[in-house]
Amino acid sequence: MQFHVLFCLAVMVLAVNANRQPGQFSDDSYSALGNEIPLLGDTSPGSVWPKPQMQTSSPMVYEVAVQKFVFTYASTSHKCDLTEEAFKRYEMLIYNTASQLKLQFRPRAVPSLTTLTVNLMSACEEYPSLHMNESYSLEIGDSALLTAPSVWGVLRGLETFSQLMWQTDTNQVLMNKTSILDFPRYAHRGILLDSSRHYLPMEAILHNLEAMAYNKINVFHWHIVDDQSFPFVSRTYPDLSGKGAYNPSTHIYTPENVAEIIEFGRLRGIRVVPEFDTPGHSQSWGKGQSGLLTPCYSNGKPDGTFGPIDPTVNSTYTFVEGLFTEVKSVFHDQYIHLGGDEVSFNCWKSNPDITKWMALQNITGDYATLESVYIQQILDISASVGYSYIVWQEVIDNGVKVKNDTVVEVWINNKPDEELAKVTAKGYRALLAAPWYLDYISTGEDWQKYYLYEPSNFNGTDAQKQLLMGGEACLWGEYVDGTNVTPRLWPRASAVAERLWSAEDVNDVEEATPRLNQHRCRMIRRGIPAEPLRPGYCTHEWKNI
Amino acid sequence: MKSVALFSLFLFCVGANANSQIKGEKVEINVRELGSPGSVWPQPQHYSSTTQTYAVVAEAFQFVYSSTSHKCDLLTEAFKRYETLIYNNVATIKLKYFPRDVASIKTLEVDLMSPCEDYPSDHMKESYALDVADKASLTSDTVWGILRGLETFSQLLWASDSNQVVVNKTNIIDYPRYAFRGVMIDTARHYLPLNAILQTLDAMSYNKFNVLHWHIVDDQSFPYVSDVYPDLSIKGAYDDRTHIYTREDIAAVIEFARLRGIRVIPEFDSPGHSTSWGKGQPGLLTPCYSNGKPDGTFGPINPTLNSTYTFVKNLFGDVKQVFHDNYIHLGGDEVQFNCWQSNPNITKWMSDKNITGDYSKLEQVYIQNVIDISETIGYSYIVWQEVIDNGVKVQSDTVVEVWKNNHPDQEVAKVTAMGLRAIVSAPWYLNIISYGQDWHKYYQYDPSNFNGTAEQKALVMGGEACIWGEYVDATNLSPRLWPRASAVAERLWSAESVNDVDAAYPRLDQQRCRMIRRGIPAQPLYIGFCPHEWKNY
Repeated sequence: MQFHVLFCLAVMVLAVNANRQPGQFSDDSYSALGNEIPLLGDTSPGSVWPKPQMQTSSPMVYEVAVQKFVFTYASTSHKCDLTEEAFKRYEMLIYNTASQLKLQFRPRAVPSLTTLTVNLMSACEEYPSLHMNESYSLEIGDSALLTAPSVWGVLRGLETFSQLMWQTDTNQVLMNKTSILDFPRYAHRGILLDSSRHYLPMEAILHNLEAMAYNKINVFHWHIVDDQSFPFVSRTYPDLSGKGAYNPSTHIYTPENVAEIIEFGRLRGIRVVPEFDTPGHSQSWGKGQSGLLTPCYSNGKPDGTFGPIDPTVNSTYTFVEGLFTEVKSVFHDQYIHLGGDEVSFNCWKSNPDITKWMALQNITGDYATLESVYIQQILDISASVGYSYIVWQEVIDNGVKVKNDTVVEVWINNKPDEELAKVTAKGYRALLAAPWYLDYISTGEDWQKYYLYEPSNFNGTDAQKQLLMGGEACLWGEYVDGTNVTPRLWPRASAVAERLWSAEDVNDVEEATPRLNQHRCRMIRRGIPAEPLRPGYCTHEWKNI
Repeated sequence: MKSVALFSLFLFCVGANANSQIKGEKVEINVRELGSPGSVWPQPQHYSSTTQTYAVVAEAFQFVYSSTSHKCDLLTEAFKRYETLIYNNVATIKLKYFPRDVASIKTLEVDLMSPCEDYPSDHMKESYALDVADKASLTSDTVWGILRGLETFSQLLWASDSNQVVVNKTNIIDYPRYAFRGVMIDTARHYLPLNAILQTLDAMSYNKFNVLHWHIVDDQSFPYVSDVYPDLSIKGAYDDRTHIYTREDIAAVIEFARLRGIRVIPEFDSPGHSTSWGKGQPGLLTPCYSNGKPDGTFGPINPTLNSTYTFVKNLFGDVKQVFHDNYIHLGGDEVQFNCWQSNPNITKWMSDKNITGDYSKLEQVYIQNVIDISETIGYSYIVWQEVIDNGVKVQSDTVVEVWKNNHPDQEVAKVTAMGLRAIVSAPWYLNIISYGQDWHKYYQYDPSNFNGTAEQKALVMGGEACIWGEYVDATNLSPRLWPRASAVAERLWSAESVNDVDAAYPRLDQQRCRMIRRGIPAQPLYIGFCPHEWKNY
């Protein structure tokens, strides 16, 4: 009897999907736009993004008792504040899935799931790190069990579990019998947001950290300051934001704001890595720290403009040490991003004091070496403060000597594969951002090119490939602020998320499209205004206007 | 005493703006530079403003009729809206200090010189005069002009650094350069929930747009609920319960627009772009053949059957009842001939009519019929340019929309040389996105820049910013549309000579921040900030 009901239900599910299959209404006039038919239903509902490493599902379904669903620890499980908080979040998500819906009728005798038993196999950890273990296994059968060696794996598994749920046309919430073994392909899966070209309100950052968790992104690379503004509030050097922020009372991040962001990230297993980019990209620093930037000269006189940080005066390094010591105390992660990109030499060249200093050091005319002198000192300061560091690729391209544990981020989109080969041949670890500059927009499905870029596709030994830690989707802020950051980032960054989490052979755009579309609709349902992939619809459209 | 207070306030304002004023230097009341706080978008036709300011009593500001003014329900509603907008300028902020004895303005006196009108139309007058001095007054021949003037007045207000709301002494005489200033939305590729449409209308009114061109159905879905043919949306909508526009929904949109002086023109595009129509209306579309058999796919509407025209007539009759405007957009673009070519019944019919092989002619037969039906129903109509390019005979009051971005100036010259009116959308396809400040090119395209006589130029009714829906839904509509469409708004409203991108930048930047303040998530032009950033998550 029970089998019979299940069988009917399975048939019904298939029929629901089949009814929505496109096909008989194709019109070549729109072929240029791809599939114009709604995507919903083209794939099994309750599919997971990013795709797990190993998954088997059967047509057998369980009803999820959403009104009273709870997560419980297995008897042998370790306990953890992070998991407690996560249980609450996901119970709420699961409850919300059904809270606005009326069940149209209630099929009888479907086995139901009321709990997910969680087995955390090792002691709780406090903060996510580059070395965290994110693997987990998930069994959905007559009982449901999530097992992970670390709390980070539990977090990833809870996200996966929440994505397995789907609704029938009668609004019943179901989950297929499923077995998953999952782990990330790359350890560093980041998103860069830029709060200097435009200030991003706290709400915007927190909102996107949530979306990151839905995509198993584990690093928020916070490009917090740049030429345009300095919103980071330093207690040691309060004038930096006092004079360098767009507005020193409203367009700032206080240590309390930063702590809130770090805590929000921590609860979701997301590291927060700040970037303090120097010696270029630092115009705003000069407003609150006089004597830091190089005065530029015209016709033998300072012309009132400033260039990169002045690498020839001791006060520079005293300042950087003071600032970075404070940054280390505010940001918890082991890593800082030191920038080091796009240093322009014109101003240094114009300044007679710089020229004189270089002559004394026997490096007359060699501005790359001057830059190296600066970077070298900054690296040493960072190391002495206790930081490991990430740098943009120019630092290596310019031949600066760096510590062995330096991570080099490849961003210049001119043969990034060759750059990766070069960086890893030197034995450095690498991050790839070049193919994933999401601030570059164009009409159409640009997510496909993000999805299809294979980071390991460079000339190198296995040992070199091992040095690639992952990558980042970068949303620079020249044309992005709180008004458009979220739809511009999602679901385009989701394509990068799957590339970095899932197996290398998960790279079929056609297979990914319906899953990604489902994932976009899921994000909308959860409060993230993720923009469309192509013509189609979501059962629940964005209405938070 | 009063002049001293005014003097200090002025010093303060200039200091905030230019940083160049030296304290204690003799100050004169000067003509204000465009781009100063409280600037207007789109730029009024005649504008003079001085550095003299008045405090605006924002928390108690009122609009009142002059003794001679006509009264109007539209204005009563508009007064409420703008009183709220003005109040909201101060509702969330604390005044840091209150300058003493500043001349203040508590009311704007409105003089509507002719009786109220019900609905905006293609020949509505939108001119107005606005004078802000010791007394503030707004005068117009029509309610539409009053609406535009209220918007302008609301934009003149600005908050000083001490959070006092002020307005400069200003005199404006204003009217639109073009009568047709539209935004096209597409609810077929993606459904737009009602509140997304209403938000768009709000933003349109902030930019003095006056036409919502509602591309309501297309190949992908048919969300329009027809009383006569309910199956069209039942089978053709993405979801027939949630992804539809009922008669009541549409009435709400039209009323919301009417109150803002915005016309709502629906587009029912045929004979192409109609795949979704076929789901609920069997026999309407042409069955396509492969290997001598129908292959289950369908092409454009079948122009060879009488049933087609009965259907169109009934549908358009229904549409005319629901949509108030005198115009309908009939589409007529991008008709593919492959399916017609494959179908033996079409071939036979064409042979009977002696037009074998001439598929343009076949299309023309269809369009001619649909145009005749529209006329019978009492509609004036707009068509995409192909209708003219394919030589269909149209009524002389037809409006032709030029959309192909391949020498649109030549197309406008051609259309107007035939004596037909034209609207331009080719340079303003805002769904096409690229990195950077693309608003520059929208701003700098001048619709009158084509080879033609003065009579021909007069036939250009205006233009439209189109945001097609393939990659747009409620998640990204507003930031993608604004402030890029604002550039088009100024091109269509302001004088031809107002075309300097650098001069426009600070005003447009202000307009974007103003829209954010009013609840529209208008995206950035470039690096910078707004005093009040978008936080509505």
